[in-house]
Amino acid sequence: MKRVTLALTLALAAGLSAEAADAQTLKTVKDRGMLSCGVSQGLPGFSSPDDKGNWTGIDVDVCRAIAGAIFNDPTKVKYVPLSAKDRFTALQSGEIDVLSRNTTWTISRDTSLGANFTGVTYYDGQGFMVKKSLKVNSALELNSASVCVQTGTTTEQNLADYFKANNMKYEVIAFATNDETVKAYEAGRCDVFTTDQSGLYANRLKLAKPNDHMVLPEIISKEPLGPMVRHGDDQWFDIVKWTLFAMITAEELGVTSKNVDEKAKLENPELKRVLGSDGNFGEQLGLTKDWVVRIVKAVGNYGEVFDRNVGAGSPLAINRGLNNLWNKGGLQYAPPIR
Amino acid sequence: MSTGARKPPPQIALKIRRILGGKAGWNGVAVQFAFAAVLGWIGYEIVSNARANLENQHIAAGFGFLRNNAGFDVNQTLIPYTGSDTFLRVFVVGLLNTLVVSVVGIVFATVIGFIVALCRLSPNWLLSRVGEIYVEVIRNLPLLFQILFWYLAVLAALPNPRQSISLLGITFISNRGLVIPRPVGESGLEPFLAMLALGIVGSLALRFYARRALFRQGRMVRIWPYVLGLLFGLPLVTMLVSGLPLSFEMPQLKGFNFAGGSRIIPEFVALTVALSTYTAAFIAEIVRAGILSVHKGQMEAGSSLGLSRGATLRLIVVPQAMRVIVPPLTNQYLNLTKNSSLAVAIGYPDLVSVFAGTSLSQTGQAIEIIAMTMGIYLLISLLTSAVMSVYGWRVSRSLGA
Repeated sequence: MKRVTLALTLALAAGLSAEAADAQTLKTVKDRGMLSCGVSQGLPGFSSPDDKGNWTGIDVDVCRAIAGAIFNDPTKVKYVPLSAKDRFTALQSGEIDVLSRNTTWTISRDTSLGANFTGVTYYDGQGFMVKKSLKVNSALELNSASVCVQTGTTTEQNLADYFKANNMKYEVIAFATNDETVKAYEAGRCDVFTTDQSGLYANRLKLAKPNDHMVLPEIISKEPLGPMVRHGDDQWFDIVKWTLFAMITAEELGVTSKNVDEKAKLENPELKRVLGSDGNFGEQLGLTKDWVVRIVKAVGNYGEVFDRNVGAGSPLAINRGLNNLWNKGGLQYAPPIR
Repeated sequence: MSTGARKPPPQIALKIRRILGGKAGWNGVAVQFAFAAVLGWIGYEIVSNARANLENQHIAAGFGFLRNNAGFDVNQTLIPYTGSDTFLRVFVVGLLNTLVVSVVGIVFATVIGFIVALCRLSPNWLLSRVGEIYVEVIRNLPLLFQILFWYLAVLAALPNPRQSISLLGITFISNRGLVIPRPVGESGLEPFLAMLALGIVGSLALRFYARRALFRQGRMVRIWPYVLGLLFGLPLVTMLVSGLPLSFEMPQLKGFNFAGGSRIIPEFVALTVALSTYTAAFIAEIVRAGILSVHKGQMEAGSSLGLSRGATLRLIVVPQAMRVIVPPLTNQYLNLTKNSSLAVAIGYPDLVSVFAGTSLSQTGQAIEIIAMTMGIYLLISLLTSAVMSVYGWRVSRSLGA
């Protein structure tokens, strides 16, 4: 009996004193042969599965681009659908390697969660959707309204701030998932549905009669959405950060998924640097020299990704607006690759 | 060799040896202490390991966040709460919401459960079949499904506030919930309450006196006219003297919603209905088993004394059945309380939803928040068990068992 207890104790002690998973995310991903990517539970345009179970969307393309850069195969991604309230725990616990799930960059999330934002994939802002039959034209007419919102989001806090700042009363009904929220809005439990404006357009497509609903003009917050990685692995942080920058740089230089092979042959010094025939930036990241070529082949440049998922080429048809390149009136700007 | 009488070993040491060591004596005690030390050490390792890892990853730790501003609103609060209150207050708000739905659910579940059990035991063929069908349907469907059913069924059936169903023009039912006039205390409230309390105390004293007269001297004392007078007459007279105790704030449709009045949100209704009907199916079976466990000779003895079926059940069978019923009934109460955490599916702001859900994702402090939530559920459950144990003990004692 004593011997059994002792053996058990030793085994437990050994298990417990093993240190937390080491910081080499890239190695872990390579060994696993798969990138584990946290996405939403279904937000058209950002991350949602189609009828065959294939995931599409801007956030999904970020995952595909990272997998493309590492494995030269954008399909080597395992998608982990997460609710808004579970997403950070999944990242902290190591269940996912990167969180690419329409997550707003805020200081508290950047500092207290043990995770870092790597960039902004989509500049968004919070808006409101109402039934046209309510005859409301502005968010300032929403006094005493009932508002459906997804719990655990910045949306919930902005909502409280906005109504308080404008001295309006409201009733909040918070649901755990996006689908539950939309369903309650459609069932008439609330007058208003609020989330990031892109999400409003995306969710409107899910409603039975999209044209009976309208998005109000007010944008009440800044919602820069971007991917997150865990603290403590700078190499992995760099890879995720520069994957997005590579997509933006490719758009700047006019490199698309169709012409990338021809562009790589040109004698343009900047193109040679970016596309890897000159310098070894990719290797410094822990990737290969042709990392940008791989990314562009996997998903295209940022403009292609935007158009395909949320822009003109998609049912959402959202304007580029703030998400245009810096030299075309938008905010998307990548530091130089040199 | 000493010939003096042997001293008896010290009682306390003996007791410790017997409790801890069992047959193994002092060796056993040593093993127990070693085991406790190992358990303590494992606990310490787990805590310090978690702390070190959180530190390494720069994840905020500790309970300081409870003093921070929560920054979000909750749609049912039993105590005043706004978005600028702290997370600690969110915790209390959520806890109260959990408790209110549990208590109301337990009351309804018990009442429905007893009624269904009596239906099943009834000699009336139709009643007993209805009871049987109720139990078999309800207890064989998943609870989450039933909660969603009630929520979506309630919402779908009700009109929007502008076309709400009005009862006498003072109570309104719509898909925003049930709006009733809100009682507001007036100057007559305090004397009214004082007289009501006096009436209740007086009635209890009368009942005590009547029972004593019955048991000691075999006299039946008619007390109900006095009780009526004390409970209703006294407060009524006070009202005439010092004015109405309450006035009512009437709900009025303003803009999107009702202003004024009190409101019961549909999430609460759906959750309470689902929890109480579901648990009632189990309670019905427990009550039926309890009643069947009482020998049928008791029933026959009751009717041979000329008692009606109802009186036999109430005075003879149910008190004996309670001994069998109480322990599993406690389990059902605990289940109902714990099942109330499914509220998160329909947006009812219970503890799990607002604290272990929203607050967790706002602060990211999973370990602290989950530990607090688990701790409070454990405490609620232990308290419920304790109360039910005392009740069970009293039931057994009154039967002389």
